[in-house]
Amino acid sequence: MSRTALTGAQAGLVSCETCKLLTRPLHAEHVGHCPRCGATLEVRRVQSLQRTWALIIAAAICYIPANLLPVMVSNTFATSDAETIMGGVVFLYSSGSWPLALIVLVASVMVPLGKLLALAYLLVSVQRGMAVRHRERARLFRIVVFIGRWSMLDVFVATFTVALVQLQPLMSVLPGAGVLFFAAVVVLTMLAAESFDPRLIWDVANTANNMEKHDG
Amino acid sequence: MSEAPTALQPLIACQECDLLQRIPPLPVGGRARCARCGFALAARPTDPLELPLVLTLTALIVFVVANVMPLMDLSAVGRYASTTILGGARQMWLDDERITAMIVTFCAVIAPALYLLLMLTVLLAARRPPLPHWGGELLRWSLHMQPWAMYDVMLLGILVALIKIAELATVDPGVGMYAMGLLAVLLPAISVSFDAREVWKLVEWKHGDDCAAAAFGEENYAERGQ
Ligand SMILES: [Zn+2]
Ligand SMILES: [Zn+2]
Repeated sequence: MSRTALTGAQAGLVSCETCKLLTRPLHAEHVGHCPRCGATLEVRRVQSLQRTWALIIAAAICYIPANLLPVMVSNTFATSDAETIMGGVVFLYSSGSWPLALIVLVASVMVPLGKLLALAYLLVSVQRGMAVRHRERARLFRIVVFIGRWSMLDVFVATFTVALVQLQPLMSVLPGAGVLFFAAVVVLTMLAAESFDPRLIWDVANTANNMEKHDG
Repeated sequence: MSEAPTALQPLIACQECDLLQRIPPLPVGGRARCARCGFALAARPTDPLELPLVLTLTALIVFVVANVMPLMDLSAVGRYASTTILGGARQMWLDDERITAMIVTFCAVIAPALYLLLMLTVLLAARRPPLPHWGGELLRWSLHMQPWAMYDVMLLGILVALIKIAELATVDPGVGMYAMGLLAVLLPAISVSFDAREVWKLVEWKHGDDCAAAAFGEENYAERGQ
């Protein structure tokens, strides 16, 4: 490859996000549909930045009740115990299973927060036209996509605890209001990661025309 | 890039950074990474259509077992309880957490079921090329379902639940849980052994008038088989 490296957009080519077919649309502003799979073609995901912002703001709002409200309420004939996510982590830690406590802490508290911060950072960096650290940011995005599903952990913990501990009136566990917000955070951040277009990270590199050459 | 002329190698744009590059013929088991961002552009699994088919069929059988058999049994002071995957979602629904119940059902049952069934249809249809256009449509949907099928996460969740409950009562993992463990391995195995590009090569092109198909002429850079 001796020619100068070009992106699809610079060459007037559009890559189908579904089947990866590369085509040359006649009208740059009306790219139409993929001739092979029929998916709507987009040079860049439509309104990627606005959509991602909207989704992470919604997720950030849900993150607060998700952590403050109880996810589970356990009732025995004498007592009633409401447990938040952090409460669950403390419980696991104090009952001796600190590896699990650590996993839940990472998956339920740090991963959602980290995802929100990482996506916000990527959005701001794209909007400000940041022209450095492309590789690091691309890697960050991949990590966000990869770990996203793992925060669903606590929703499953609550679901199966609630389903199993139904020995009324001896003891029973009820889901708390926090569980819904928590599930919402996970779904919203997963959708946010899906609507962010990682190619935007690199578009600045192209316009600034300061692309370093890499040997494959 | 020795024997084949560069122009015959398919030109593709990196999905993550849009850099145009040609993919040289890959050795079996090889993979190509984007020269700029390092994204895995293409891989060539040993057996991109047969092996995933076998895995998908196995996974469908295990899926039925995982949904029918109890996940775990609980006993405390002479009383017993057990739950299945759907039992978990049902209890959430009964406790008025309807949206959570729907999200759990989607991730635990609907998304994996759709993923496996669509995959099976596509892989079976791909045995007799050309694959009709709906094959591509199904493949697209099945790939969309993939990240939402969360058996790995669910397995860990059940493990945590087991340890929490073990403080209160005796719990034993059931057959359903082992089946779920198997699914947590089988589902990623399907996507690793499968090569969507192989299927797309077999799909009949959509030439409908509804496409701005006129837009694609001689100079399109499609990878048309060999
Ligand atoms: Zn396409
Ligand atoms: Zn790339």
